[in-house]
Amino acid sequence: MKLKLLFLSCLLLAFMSVAMAQENQDDSLPARISKVNVHAEVVDSVRIAQIHWRISSDDGNGNDNIKEYVILRGAGIKGPFEERGRVPAGRDMFIDTLFRINDLEDSILALSTELAPSPITNLRGHDKDNDHGHAIDLLWDISADDGAGEDNVIAYTIFRADSLPNTFFYRGVVIKGGTSFDDVGSKEHESDSYMPDFYDYYYKVRATTFDYIPGTSDYYYVIRTVANDTSKFQDSNPALCNNSIFTDSEIFGPVQCYGQWFNTARIPVLVFVIGFLLVTIYFIKKARGGAKLFIRRLAGIEAVDEAIGRATEMGKPILYVMGLGVASEIATIASFTILGRVAKKVAEYQTGLIVPCYDPIVMTIAQETVKASYMDANRPDAYTDDMVYFVTQSQFAYVAAVNGTMLRELPATNIYMGKFFAESLILAETGALAGSIQIAGTDEIAQIPFFVVACDYTLIGEELYAASAYLGREPILLGSLKAQDYAKAGVIICALLGFVTINFGWDGLAQLFQVPNSFFANLFGGPN
Amino acid sequence: MKRQLPLILVFIFGVFMIFQYFVPHESSEWVFEFLLDWVYIIGIFALALGIWSLVRVSWDKIHKRKENWPYAIVTLFGLAAMIFFGFDYGRHFFSAEGLENFMFRHFFDYIMIPIQATMFSLLAFFIASAAYRAFRARSLLATLLLMAALIVMLRFNPYLGSFVAEYMEKTASWLLNVPNLAAKRGIIIGVGLGIVATALKVILGIERNYLGKD
Repeated sequence: MKLKLLFLSCLLLAFMSVAMAQENQDDSLPARISKVNVHAEVVDSVRIAQIHWRISSDDGNGNDNIKEYVILRGAGIKGPFEERGRVPAGRDMFIDTLFRINDLEDSILALSTELAPSPITNLRGHDKDNDHGHAIDLLWDISADDGAGEDNVIAYTIFRADSLPNTFFYRGVVIKGGTSFDDVGSKEHESDSYMPDFYDYYYKVRATTFDYIPGTSDYYYVIRTVANDTSKFQDSNPALCNNSIFTDSEIFGPVQCYGQWFNTARIPVLVFVIGFLLVTIYFIKKARGGAKLFIRRLAGIEAVDEAIGRATEMGKPILYVMGLGVASEIATIASFTILGRVAKKVAEYQTGLIVPCYDPIVMTIAQETVKASYMDANRPDAYTDDMVYFVTQSQFAYVAAVNGTMLRELPATNIYMGKFFAESLILAETGALAGSIQIAGTDEIAQIPFFVVACDYTLIGEELYAASAYLGREPILLGSLKAQDYAKAGVIICALLGFVTINFGWDGLAQLFQVPNSFFANLFGGPN
Repeated sequence: MKRQLPLILVFIFGVFMIFQYFVPHESSEWVFEFLLDWVYIIGIFALALGIWSLVRVSWDKIHKRKENWPYAIVTLFGLAAMIFFGFDYGRHFFSAEGLENFMFRHFFDYIMIPIQATMFSLLAFFIASAAYRAFRARSLLATLLLMAALIVMLRFNPYLGSFVAEYMEKTASWLLNVPNLAAKRGIIIGVGLGIVATALKVILGIERNYLGKD
């Protein structure tokens, strides 16, 4: 009771501290703009630069102290920069005039026309297959000056407009030779790249060269965020405006994106899951019917009883480590089952059990599991919540705590079941040094060799999942184990058939098992 | 009912999770993400239980003067101090700004991280002792393991002649890409099937040990 009062007092103190003095807002400088996009465009014979930016986090939010944005332009990345205009807070776009094409001398105009690359052709697009929407796949045929002709195309820039006539926005770039682009937008309404479904989109693809109109060059733009107190401002990083010669394609559109209700590329997985489910149900029914199912021997699991007996004789506790997995991981779920069986034996033999936990949810479930096992063994009085306790969610701090427990308590048996990472060898070697019998099981392939070396018995991979059925010997669990074995046999047969057919030059069988699977996607009519 | 309701919930949400894997539509994703948010919420409540468990076990050690009880004081002091400084003396109780608190950062950067690095560095010595045990040529299979390990390790030796180095590199690549990869894939397939089988057992209510007792 005193302890609870102390804990509650601590919590109360923490909450009371909220009422302490609020920190003065540091509004000395406005938040700078982190993202600026610039691209050149030709509108009514005027070459312009479209500058878009993500507004400052202090614009309408945060300190809410932004007065305006100042647009600065320089010929080099380090400046000097000259002011090109100002826009009030809340705006995220500015158009800057670069030059008027009609003002160019005839010879320069002729040269720039001559250097202009051929446009890409056959621009087409469709909704991206098997996705949640908000994405469009674009395809095109490359420019005649890409790898041939003038051979001066260096990249293709993709632009999108939400309606016509409207501003085209930069969406991405593909290097020369590229013939496709996935325009993937965000599904979040708040996002800058939000791309609503069932909306008409228009695209154009720009073939960009490395040639410049004489007298022009690239520019760099900086957006200055100015606070209400105009002496306080912050500049963004310079953003490049590529001013080289380019040619735009014909506009393609409208095209819409939308989400699909079934992912045809995952049909092989569905077939496998249904097949496996049917085989599992069949064997469970067979086992319930009294059929004797042969299950292979698992030395690691058979050693559990022996290890508990040894602990009882020595009067030492058993340390059960569930690893770093969270409760939703299958390895941890399998570990709960094994813990239940171990705890029941421990309760029957009246031996000590220590279960230090890495995750608080795992701790809560483990406490329930151990409590249930003690009740099953008619020893509820022997159970205390302190057997299963939370340590920390820091990997190596947890290792330090468990190692300390091993060296202080010198448990007769250490059982490691669940998800383990870099700590596996540190735990297992410390346990070996402490002279404990060690049984380990994990599905983390990289950690299995460490356990094999440092532990007396190791459950490799799926043996961890088989352990619960093996320990319980319940027909219903043995049935699922048998189904697993038959599925493995099926995988081996398919692998052998695939090996043979591929060596005979036919890869159709292998393609059936690919995920995502283009065979089924095409069969069910995905547009290409 | 106390036991049936959780099983019904597990079945409904388990089946939904299977279906949502095959349904990429935004609505399916929305429900999926909504359900995953529950995990965070449950985690936060469970964390309070975890802290309570840690406090109780440590306090019990101090109260009963168990072996090494002064370390429990350090544990409780560390817990309280990090919470106190993490909330920046209570000024940033509802924001993450307290994580930049001078004391919090110093405790974390100059105590926590070096201690963790020290624990991790122990791994080097444990690997050496484990390798010694693993590579003892006690049998034919152990000798093969030793030879394979020597080839894989020696390929990085800069003092090997170019001919030997090339031969070692090819042999090591073959060892890693053929027998080693085949064994790993075999385990991965087994693990995959085990995961599906266990997941089905949980969804169908066959595996229910994690529910505890009525």
